[in-house]
Amino acid sequence: MSGSRETVGKTITVAAVLCIACSILVSAAAVSLRSTQQKNKALDKKKNILAAAGLLEEGADVEAVFAEKVKIKIVNLGKGTYNEDFDPATFDQRKAAKDPDTSIKIPSGEDLARIKRRATVASVYEVYDNGQLKQVVFPVHGKGLWSTMYGFLALEPDMRTVAGLGFYEHGETPGLGGEIDNPKWKATWVGKKIFDDSDKMSIDVLKGQTVAGSPKIQYEVDGLSGATLTANGVEDLVRYWLAEDTFKPYIEKIRQRGA
Amino acid sequence: MAEKVKDVLIGPIFVNNPIALQILGICSALAVTTSLDTSITMTVAVIAVLSLSNFMVSIIRNLIPSSIRIIVQMCIIASLVIVVDQVLKAFLYEISKQLSVFVGLIITNCIVMGRAEAYAMKNTPFMSLIDGIGNGLGYGIVLIFVGVFRELFGKGSLFGVSILTPATEGGWYQPNGLMVLAPSAFFLIGLFIWAVRTWKPDQVEHEG
Repeated sequence: MSGSRETVGKTITVAAVLCIACSILVSAAAVSLRSTQQKNKALDKKKNILAAAGLLEEGADVEAVFAEKVKIKIVNLGKGTYNEDFDPATFDQRKAAKDPDTSIKIPSGEDLARIKRRATVASVYEVYDNGQLKQVVFPVHGKGLWSTMYGFLALEPDMRTVAGLGFYEHGETPGLGGEIDNPKWKATWVGKKIFDDSDKMSIDVLKGQTVAGSPKIQYEVDGLSGATLTANGVEDLVRYWLAEDTFKPYIEKIRQRGA
Repeated sequence: MAEKVKDVLIGPIFVNNPIALQILGICSALAVTTSLDTSITMTVAVIAVLSLSNFMVSIIRNLIPSSIRIIVQMCIIASLVIVVDQVLKAFLYEISKQLSVFVGLIITNCIVMGRAEAYAMKNTPFMSLIDGIGNGLGYGIVLIFVGVFRELFGKGSLFGVSILTPATEGGWYQPNGLMVLAPSAFFLIGLFIWAVRTWKPDQVEHEG
């Protein structure tokens, strides 16, 4: 029975038909499920913004809380001014980072977060409560060990103290680098100071645990055991995104506004 | 016939377990078993891929030229894995994030290829489907066994619900850090194999 199906023609036919059938199956699944997936992603992003700001409560309506408390603004990186050319609701930072018109190449010596290109603008999420600025949530991303980690960093109105940190997308090893998702580790960031009194970048993710009584304890965060490179990546991306070239000018504007 | 269906379905769970006896599919058994819900999701995903790939390979088994049979099987398996991954992303977003690359890696799971090549190429579609489900269950039982121990002793919880309250949260239990790391799955799978072979001594390999 095998003789008839071993010819070259037969082999090519079977391969071609199979490829077409499989590609139809895969694309049908991808297309029909895309809208649900995008909704999940958008909701997850809002959830993560609220989680970084500590506003996420069990059972709360994410959309409603988000609409009530969070104002999305687009900021010119390195200048700190608001940019009105983009619609905050539809602005896609990842797309912007790829478009030559809205992005720049990061010189290799300055590419602390190892992301090669970045958008010239970025969204920030200003969290208000009764008209009072409570926190600002910054989108941050950078390379870990295996993957680019995307997350949010929330700062208190003093623009120095961490209010929360969380990642919504990464491909680090579950159980090792994946521990950046561990609530306990994320909690160790809260209250740490990014800048010292002379406004110098001082945040430091240690290799190992922090020691109580260390003179720099307010700038130090526990490392992740077995995931030093991922933890270094987190430190680097925080340092990168809160620097003069990126969000720092905006941070200074917010401070002036508060004072 | 009914007797045979039962053998094919139940056999792989203990008598001919793909992990414990054939030592296949170890890689993902280490990676996704840190908690019980990921173990169960992975089990369901593998059962879906394994049974459907067996079924499809079996339908076209008489058409596949033997020179390209492996790549044909691979192609079917890969397509199914992508579909499963898309479905998880659409309906179980949180869990799919935890499983991350490991759903995609079902493609390289030796059990899936192994069953397509060893069983589905020679048997009817219905029996192949049953064989796929059976082997998926056999894989799943090990995953769940390992997942229960790793989550319970590694984090003090099951399904994310705290059972042994860890010392860091005011309880008495000191979580075993080893359990969270991959090597613990090796020990647990080893213990599982030991237990199964003590129960069924004919599985012990004879030396020499």
